Amino acid sequence: MAARAYPINEEQRLPAPVTPRREVGWWAMALVCATEAAFFAYLLMSYFYLAAASSRWPPIGVENPRLRLPIVMTVLLVTSSGALYWGERGIARGRQGRLRIAIIVTCLLGAAFVTLQAIEYRRELQQMVPGAHAYASIFYTTTAFHGAHVTFGLLLLLFTLARAFLGHFDERAHLGVKVTSLYWHFVDVVWLFIFTCLYLSPRWW
Amino acid sequence: MPFRQHPDDGRHPGSAFDRKTRYMVVAGIFRAAGRRVDSTHAIDAIRTESGSGRLTDLWETPHNLLARLATVDHKALGIRYIVTACVFLALGGLEAAVMRLQLARPEAHLLSPETYNQLFTMHGTTMMFLFAQPVLSGFSFYLTPLLIGARELAFPRLNTFSYYVFLLAGIFLYASFFVGQMPDGGWFNYTPLTEARFDPGYNIDFYAVGLLFLGISTVVGSVNLIVTIFKLRAPGMSIDRMPVMLWSSMTMSWSVIFAMPALTVALVFLELDRRWGFAFFGIARGGSPMLWQHLFWVFGHPWVYIVFLPATGMLSMIIPTFSRRPLVGHTFVVLATVATGLLGFGVWVHHMFATGLPQVSVGFFSAASMTVSIPSAVQIIAWITTMWHGRVKLTTSMLFAIGFIVQFVIGGISGVMTAVVPFDWQATDNYFVVAHLHYVLAGGTLFAVFSALYYWFPKMTGRLMDERIGKASFWVMFVGFNVAFFPMHILGLLGMPRRVYTYAPGLGLDVSNMLSTIGALVFALGTVITLYNVVQGNLAGDIAGPNPWGGSTLEWAAASPPEPYDFARMPVVHSRDPLWDNGVEAGPAYDEARLTPRTSPLDAELEAAIELPDQNVWTLVISVALLGFFTGVLMRVAWLMVVAGVITLISMACWMWPAQHRVLHTEV
Repeated sequence: MAARAYPINEEQRLPAPVTPRREVGWWAMALVCATEAAFFAYLLMSYFYLAAASSRWPPIGVENPRLRLPIVMTVLLVTSSGALYWGERGIARGRQGRLRIAIIVTCLLGAAFVTLQAIEYRRELQQMVPGAHAYASIFYTTTAFHGAHVTFGLLLLLFTLARAFLGHFDERAHLGVKVTSLYWHFVDVVWLFIFTCLYLSPRWW
Repeated sequence: MPFRQHPDDGRHPGSAFDRKTRYMVVAGIFRAAGRRVDSTHAIDAIRTESGSGRLTDLWETPHNLLARLATVDHKALGIRYIVTACVFLALGGLEAAVMRLQLARPEAHLLSPETYNQLFTMHGTTMMFLFAQPVLSGFSFYLTPLLIGARELAFPRLNTFSYYVFLLAGIFLYASFFVGQMPDGGWFNYTPLTEARFDPGYNIDFYAVGLLFLGISTVVGSVNLIVTIFKLRAPGMSIDRMPVMLWSSMTMSWSVIFAMPALTVALVFLELDRRWGFAFFGIARGGSPMLWQHLFWVFGHPWVYIVFLPATGMLSMIIPTFSRRPLVGHTFVVLATVATGLLGFGVWVHHMFATGLPQVSVGFFSAASMTVSIPSAVQIIAWITTMWHGRVKLTTSMLFAIGFIVQFVIGGISGVMTAVVPFDWQATDNYFVVAHLHYVLAGGTLFAVFSALYYWFPKMTGRLMDERIGKASFWVMFVGFNVAFFPMHILGLLGMPRRVYTYAPGLGLDVSNMLSTIGALVFALGTVITLYNVVQGNLAGDIAGPNPWGGSTLEWAAASPPEPYDFARMPVVHSRDPLWDNGVEAGPAYDEARLTPRTSPLDAELEAAIELPDQNVWTLVISVALLGFFTGVLMRVAWLMVVAGVITLISMACWMWPAQHRVLHTEV
């Protein structure tokens, strides 16, 4: 188990090519996503726990959530992830313009998602308020926390956009883009789980 | 096993060994001779920079108040963590002492039932959340960079932020004392008792909002530790050469990552139920009080290991040093640590055996809980074997370590007893459980913390504590602890319920309770002796030198106290106990900027040198803004929440601008 030889006692050499390995910042964001994933997993577990504990789910007098808007919202988010990925690939080849366009498109799609969620809330709130019963409570809490995460993602994107316009990123160093897009993709994947559990699963039983 | 020579004596530590070991030792001599490496000069070069003072200029915290407050130095912050946690220990201990005085005699009127409820709740909450985890994290933040041969944690500013959030969240929780409404639902705070209908004051809101606030500190601290241990280890410190303490603090951190959100969800539900009319826990509107119990214990049981595993990790560092030989079964101890962390997620229902869950599920969790005893036994046997085959030096630190083992075994046995469902039905909510958990957490974790304090005090201050006073402190504590807590087993078996403010005379409970109170006061006296020893050692202790105990790991290669830059030249590691088998070389100085090497997660191959940031005032602004935000949540003041939230977001943006560490060198 001999250690690899390092040129440790030679003169220190500056600078050298960037390694393709992950930066520490990327690791930190990955861990933040892991703990957030656990957070949403516990929310969804609570949803199913409450469902299993009640005789009818959703309770009497409440219809299954409507699907038309959430499907549009899903398409918006998945598209936005694609756009951001396209931009990230762009900056990896040094294309500043492509990154800026991609972030703007992502922001617009994300903002459209939040707007549609607000419209959906207005409709749902006519049918049930959060305190009406456990179903309403968990429904609003889960979707609202996700909405808050999308909103925070939008702020993060705007922050990254400002840096992109100031030329902070190039093909070698663009950790800020990697971290933002990791978070954004994560929030999108969480939505897919929420969509499946909260909107589709009540139709299966 | 390579040959390990101890600097104190020429004799190799395994002299009493069988033929196979002797063969390996001889082989080790040949290997050592063949390598012709002597680390003495390397260690001298690593310890202190010669001449220029460039590294000191780069790494020293500037001498002004704001910079001192916002310092990113992991050593300063680690000590702040430990000291703050010990202040909370004193508060929690005071609460316990008052409760014990109330319980000394039957039908005493020192405390009202309401006050008693608040005291036992704050005692448990303080010890679990404000002492045990923060003090262990404090040791980890102080020691991790030194153990891995780095100059800082991966995210120094995050460390500052995490400390201040911890401090402010602790103050937040204790603010309830000044409005006379301390939390009163027990540290696990069961619904429906804690719903607004039954507990309308601010008591439970302080608990819920305060712990949400504190959770931020715990999670970001864990992220920081995991990334540091994965990415900043010295070149050559491959994953099989990591000291056990790093494994245990990493296991703890992973547990936090996956367990903490369960508490967050539970607390959010509770606060929404209490103040915003939601319906999670009330039966009437389709909720379930059991949801709280599940969520709390899905968090709570991993948390019990979170406040216990780092203690075992520290013991696995201390026992080999004072046994003068490497830890026996290093790999098995590591596997046992990780296994305990994983099993911690599969045993939560054993806190709920008495709630009427289906027999099958209860049986499963009973079996899983007994399984935990296997990895714990592996660790204990490894420590005992290490001592058995070593030459034990009974320093104060070692005495506390042995005290830990004795008491942890007793606590472990009562743990296996309560894992048996029929027995648990008898023991639930009575003093047997109180005895069990104190044997594990006070007799275990607290003794390990004292052991660690005596062990690393010379590293932190450069001075030694008095061994005579230290040993007196240990014996007083050891006797006091057992007199205080052993009778509680009997009280429990006699049926005395926990959390009741008094008891009737003539039930056979009087003598044991009096004994227990006397023991508790003796125990407290023992801790005060150590407090005196800390103050006295800090002011006038003997100068320690870099390696007073003859330890084997990298922190003993640094100066005592370590220089601001930790290591003058970056260490390169060739073995698991680098200071015992000439396994350390002096690498580059990296003195162009605030640099530390970044290495690959498994093999620790050098990838790059990364630049680490220095102090930044936004870490303070954001902590205070969060305090404002959570105060707004507590008082339900919308404008305060909005203003503080906006300030938080703006400070985050300022803090992260520009977000990257520049990559300056790469030499692979």
